[in-house]
Amino acid sequence: MIKRIVDFFGGEAYARQRRRLFYLVLVLIVVADFIVRREHAEYLWERVPGWSAVYGFGSCVLLIFVSKFLGHQGGLMRREDYYD
Amino acid sequence: MTEFVHPALLFILGALPIPFLQGAIRKVYLLSIPVLAILAVLAMQPGSYGAAQFIGQDILVAKVDKLSIVFATVFTLMALIGMVYALHLTEAGQHVAAFVYVGSALGVVFAGDYLTLYLFWEGMAFASAYLVFAQGGEKAIRAAFRYLMVHVTGGVVLLGGIVLHGIASGSFLFGPIEAGMGPGTYLILAGFLLNAAVPPLNAWLTDAYPEATVTGAVFMSAFTTKTAVYVLARAFPGTELLVWLGTAMAIYGVIYAVLENDCRRLLAYHIVSQVGYMVAGVGIGTEMAVNGATSHAFAHILYKALLFMGAGAVIYVTGRRKLTELGGLYRTMPLTVALYMIGAFAISAFPFFSGFVTKSMVVAAAGGDHRALVTLALTMASSGTFLHTGLKLPYYMFFGTDRGLEAREPPGNMLAAMAMAATLCIAIGVFPGPLYALLPYPVDFEPYTGVHITESLGVLMFTALGFVIFLRALDPENTISIDTDWFYRKGARAFMWFAEQPLARYEKAVSDVSETAALPLLHGTARTGLRVDLHGVDAMVNGVAHAILDGGGVLRRLQTGVVTHYALAMIAGLIAAISVFAVVWQ
Repeated sequence: MIKRIVDFFGGEAYARQRRRLFYLVLVLIVVADFIVRREHAEYLWERVPGWSAVYGFGSCVLLIFVSKFLGHQGGLMRREDYYD
Repeated sequence: MTEFVHPALLFILGALPIPFLQGAIRKVYLLSIPVLAILAVLAMQPGSYGAAQFIGQDILVAKVDKLSIVFATVFTLMALIGMVYALHLTEAGQHVAAFVYVGSALGVVFAGDYLTLYLFWEGMAFASAYLVFAQGGEKAIRAAFRYLMVHVTGGVVLLGGIVLHGIASGSFLFGPIEAGMGPGTYLILAGFLLNAAVPPLNAWLTDAYPEATVTGAVFMSAFTTKTAVYVLARAFPGTELLVWLGTAMAIYGVIYAVLENDCRRLLAYHIVSQVGYMVAGVGIGTEMAVNGATSHAFAHILYKALLFMGAGAVIYVTGRRKLTELGGLYRTMPLTVALYMIGAFAISAFPFFSGFVTKSMVVAAAGGDHRALVTLALTMASSGTFLHTGLKLPYYMFFGTDRGLEAREPPGNMLAAMAMAATLCIAIGVFPGPLYALLPYPVDFEPYTGVHITESLGVLMFTALGFVIFLRALDPENTISIDTDWFYRKGARAFMWFAEQPLARYEKAVSDVSETAALPLLHGTARTGLRVDLHGVDAMVNGVAHAILDGGGVLRRLQTGVVTHYALAMIAGLIAAISVFAVVWQ
């Protein structure tokens, strides 16, 4: 069973199904976020349904591009023999 | 049953027979010691044990309370899992080092005074360094030396702090620092922060862990940084500086993880990031925050070890460690993939995995303490955690481009160890009660609320969306990243250059001056001295000697050796004396 699950995530044949499942999950999460009760929101943004989806996506993009910028333009990434 | 058996003793004394045991007996022995240690921790009662006096100072070998029991529980559990993972090793050295390492970590956790703590602290550094040395090869040995030198330096700083603090406060007992921050406490804090891998003192970790042996890295991922979290939680709860350092390091690790190509170095950067949550929790210092930091350390040890075991299994089987050289292993290693992913879900804090019930406690404590920025930064770091350990690493290691590598599942003991850790990751996530009951303070926190679940899933799954969209931007590159180890790696080179160039030239110049100017002067002086010696001093000495010789000759002539001559002389003397007496005395 484990092999079949792993194959589902790796196999080319399941690419379309995988993508559909993924988008379905995304939609369900946002819908659920609108439905759940928000009793004690500490901060303003916590009252906005779906904020976490936006924040998660934004964080991801920010991290990728800021890091790569620091790596390439900031000179953090060097050739592997840099210390040799 | 006795109230308290020190588990450190079990491991450290238990390490001695390992080289003399063989085959199945050794394997049973290697597992029985951690099991005994787990039992010892389960049986122990809070209290103070082993109080003594040493050079006029109070020593307390073991102080047992709830905080130390939580850490000891997970340390002994982890020792068992790590031993199962390393069971196939035939060489005794690594087993001995691992035992001493675990024992020393437990020694720190129970240390009631700074001197005991320091002793075990150093024990940890040396034992763990062996796990890097054991890998062999120039790269590993160089990294091991750097690791050792950094830790020895940190140890000296810590010792200096302990002495200053002890003199200032009059006590070497280990506990919350109450007297305010002085130079001694700052040095102690620096020593602790170094072991917690707080930037800029973090580079030793990401430098050395990926160079360690496959099994050694699993142990290393668990103990050094978490003992540091323990001592911080014990001595410095509520220190504002730690909130900001912790938050910064949570982000720092995530940023470097984007750039990383070595699979275990990527995971090592996530240790930095995850320990950031714990350091921040300790810094916030509320009951909930310290509970969060402690429980997160507990969960972290298990899932991080699981991740290191998964990456280690790949290295063990393929001999490769760079993401640019890996891919397509899911066909041949499905069990490893599945077990690794459980660790990845746990570190990413998916609902029903351990990270969900522990990490969220730290974030909630930050929110409850009205720290909006910290809350947002830690949430962002969560996104980054899933991005790398849950998406990037497994994608490029197990899926992605099929490199046609010949692979198979790792040995059964490795899989068994991973399964043990994976079971605990899920068990803690589903039933957090027992872990919460262990924590130092009563837990007033419910992780499974509707909004917490949807928010967590929102952050995580939309991170996945970002990953899918910008996948190409994340392609690993054949590079290494400059971290703060640059200062001592390049610094050491600069030092050597200085020693070999300017210093050597200066030395040569000095010797030139001495040869051209000083030496002739010295020769001249010596010659003058010789002349004075020969003609002045010697002449005098000779003169005296001649005089003595002549005197001796005269005396010799007087000494005839004939008894009658002596008797005659005595009689003559007697007559002379009497006549002097008779004439002069009258």
